[in-house]
Amino acid sequence: MTVFVIRRLLQAALVVFIMSLLVFGGVFLVGDPVEMLVADDADQAERAAIIRSMGLDLPFYMQYLRFVGHALQGDMGNSFVFQESAMHLIVERMPATFELAIAALFIAVFLGIPLGIYAGLKPDSWISKTIMTTSILGFSLPTFWVGIMMILFFAVIMGWLPSTGRGDTVDVFGIPLSFLTLDGLAHLALPAVNLALFKLSMVIRLARAGTREVVHQDYIKFARAKGLSDTRIIGVHLFKNIMIPVVTVLGLEFGGLVAFSVVTESVFAWPGMGKLLIDSINFLDRPVIVAYLMFVVVLFVCINLIVDVLYSVLDPRVRLQEMKS
Amino acid sequence: MKALRKLGLAAMALSAMTVNVMAADIVIGIRSEPSSMDPYFHNLTPNNGMIGHVFTRLVGFDENQQLFPSIAESWKAINDTTWEIKLRKGLKFHDGSDLTVDDVIFSFERADGYEGGNSSFRTYTKGKTLVKVDDLTLHIVTEMPYPLMPNDLTTVMIMSAEAKGTDSSGKNKGISAKDFNDGLATIGAGPYKFVEWKKGEELVLEKFDGYVGPIAQPWDKVTFKFIKSEPARVAALLAGDVDAIDQVPTIDVERLKGDPRVTISSGISNRVIYLHMDQFREKSPFVTAKDGSEIKNPLLDPRVRKALSKMINRDAIVKRVMEGIAIPAGQLLPEGFFGVSPNLKPDAYDPAGAKKLLAEAGYPDGFALTIHGPNDRYINDAKILEAIGQLFTGNGIPTKVVTMTKNVFFKRASSGADGEPEFSLVLVGWGSGTGEASSPLKSLLATHDKSKGMGASNRGRHSNPKMDELLLKALATVDDAKRGALLAEATDVGIGEDMGIIPLHYQVNTWATKKGLKYVPRTDERTLATGYVPE
Repeated sequence: MTVFVIRRLLQAALVVFIMSLLVFGGVFLVGDPVEMLVADDADQAERAAIIRSMGLDLPFYMQYLRFVGHALQGDMGNSFVFQESAMHLIVERMPATFELAIAALFIAVFLGIPLGIYAGLKPDSWISKTIMTTSILGFSLPTFWVGIMMILFFAVIMGWLPSTGRGDTVDVFGIPLSFLTLDGLAHLALPAVNLALFKLSMVIRLARAGTREVVHQDYIKFARAKGLSDTRIIGVHLFKNIMIPVVTVLGLEFGGLVAFSVVTESVFAWPGMGKLLIDSINFLDRPVIVAYLMFVVVLFVCINLIVDVLYSVLDPRVRLQEMKS
Repeated sequence: MKALRKLGLAAMALSAMTVNVMAADIVIGIRSEPSSMDPYFHNLTPNNGMIGHVFTRLVGFDENQQLFPSIAESWKAINDTTWEIKLRKGLKFHDGSDLTVDDVIFSFERADGYEGGNSSFRTYTKGKTLVKVDDLTLHIVTEMPYPLMPNDLTTVMIMSAEAKGTDSSGKNKGISAKDFNDGLATIGAGPYKFVEWKKGEELVLEKFDGYVGPIAQPWDKVTFKFIKSEPARVAALLAGDVDAIDQVPTIDVERLKGDPRVTISSGISNRVIYLHMDQFREKSPFVTAKDGSEIKNPLLDPRVRKALSKMINRDAIVKRVMEGIAIPAGQLLPEGFFGVSPNLKPDAYDPAGAKKLLAEAGYPDGFALTIHGPNDRYINDAKILEAIGQLFTGNGIPTKVVTMTKNVFFKRASSGADGEPEFSLVLVGWGSGTGEASSPLKSLLATHDKSKGMGASNRGRHSNPKMDELLLKALATVDDAKRGALLAEATDVGIGEDMGIIPLHYQVNTWATKKGLKYVPRTDERTLATGYVPE
């Protein structure tokens, strides 16, 4: 196990290094941040001064080396726009995004798995057919469109829920959380559901497919023959075995939820990291873009590692294979 | 809580929107967020607008960019190179201290020596020496006669010299941008106090009871919510989450006008949308003969530029592309601004005249063009460019249209691979920050010259010594009437004779409010809480 983890860590370091070069190089090639930031009526001397103060007069390799030097000391550079630490800006926005992602994941799991199991157990009932048809919509409708429609219906026409922003927050250990207040929950509802729709459909399909496969296996029949209750068969024996693909996929998808909730955050003006990324791209705020993408790379690497470890805990066969190799 | 209450009142939601108009709190959904609360960090419209609630300037701009006395009670030139400024009596900062000439000098020093930041106010502070006469009297001395002094005084906001203790050594007087963002140093003498700025979310201001001055304070508490997405902003207004929004998308204006819950306020801006044409290269990269072979750059000839202008059907663009939310342009600023020319009207659509001019210039068969522009910077920018491409093509100039995102476009349009503007014909816009004609003349049409700081945004490199001379003369003329005439004359040369740029239209900005409120539209495109008044 230790060797396995060490090997994975080394691979991860290589991935991080290659990504830093790609991300920095890619961002470097696009446009000129000074053109985006400078006042219209600034003269040439003013422009030159800003270029110098941002270090943009240096050649690419110098800029990259400087970035790597600082990054190794944990400093991802200062945002061009705000001239505050880029990492600080990202961390400041992190609670909002994590809250949204966790809420979405919560909805996906706690609605998706029961619905999926039901659809798997009674594939021919009209309820199951409705569930499956609806899940196709969840897959195929674009997030931003659904978001706008949800705003239109729940906020504009019915006036039940607020359309935008994050609402009241409560500090828990210094982290502002909004799901602990009524106003915060009301603000969280629409974006969380919007973000969850796709994952929900996926979890339903995974759980249904798993159930259909497992329910005909011998050990389930044996458990029935032994006279176990339906609740126990489904809740323990079946549930455990359909969870492996669900955990794998959800692990990876959680990374995606955190990293790329951009669309939902823009539509609902949710003050999270995705909105920061979009704003930074618009202003060509290179340090924030780079810091954000590096953060995402590290996040994915960590999640993959955790999923691999969890996987081997859930499924002994995986553990055996790893030992052999 | 608000949401739950609404749940119970779902049926009454629509009628409920019109109530509460007289409540003294306002929530404004705004498109662009400021980049800092430091008044000298970034000379940018959202910054200048929003921070301006907290910090006022010596001289104010009203909604038509006309000057009014703000911190300064009066200003006059006592000789050619000295201006005397008298401060208003009894001005207090939000911490209760008095505003004196020392604070003004401190503010100008910090603005002038600002390090870091994204574009400073040095353009407006350089060459000015501030001399204290007494606590309420200030002399500003320049080397040359400087007529734009009152206009320049509308830019630098005045902060307290004791904002962060009395120690003012170190970079930026020992006060960082972060001190302002946190509210520590955000102490001005403006009508509103800074409460909190949550980045990416909202800015909260509160009425300052000790405010002295001419700016009205219609609200007790002001919340700016940053909603960048266009449909989301409109939805937030319709849902009643905000009381007002700015930058209404043009496609929604017609529909919102018919909505009984909403009032639309719109007004002309100081921003002209125009075409810049390559006037400095014998061989221009995106102009060819119709068969694709190289030709001498026809855009060097003013007759060709005038012909192109006559091919543009401005009325149709305004009506079809802009949904009527724009005004055809014939020069750099709309009528009513200082220094505009009475002689220049928008060119009429005149294909026959264009053909004649092209023939005179030696291009009876036309040539081929590729034109470039941004697709996310100005209202409907890409659609405008496509319309122009079709008009050119229909009039014998086969034209390809290429649009790209602004953060790629502007770099290439200003300095391509070899450091010179890369394109042959571009669509861009210009808002006149000083509210008069010298600013666009200086930046867009004056000869590009790094050492003099002229023609900084002259992406076509138009150059005419006659116009340069008129402009310089105007910039040194203190007498308003004479200066206005000189600026108008310079515009007559730069556009009337040379067609150095082709003006297309002036943007019209639109604000929407819930019924019972309206916005007093501003030409400088700022969205100010003080501009929202009962209908």
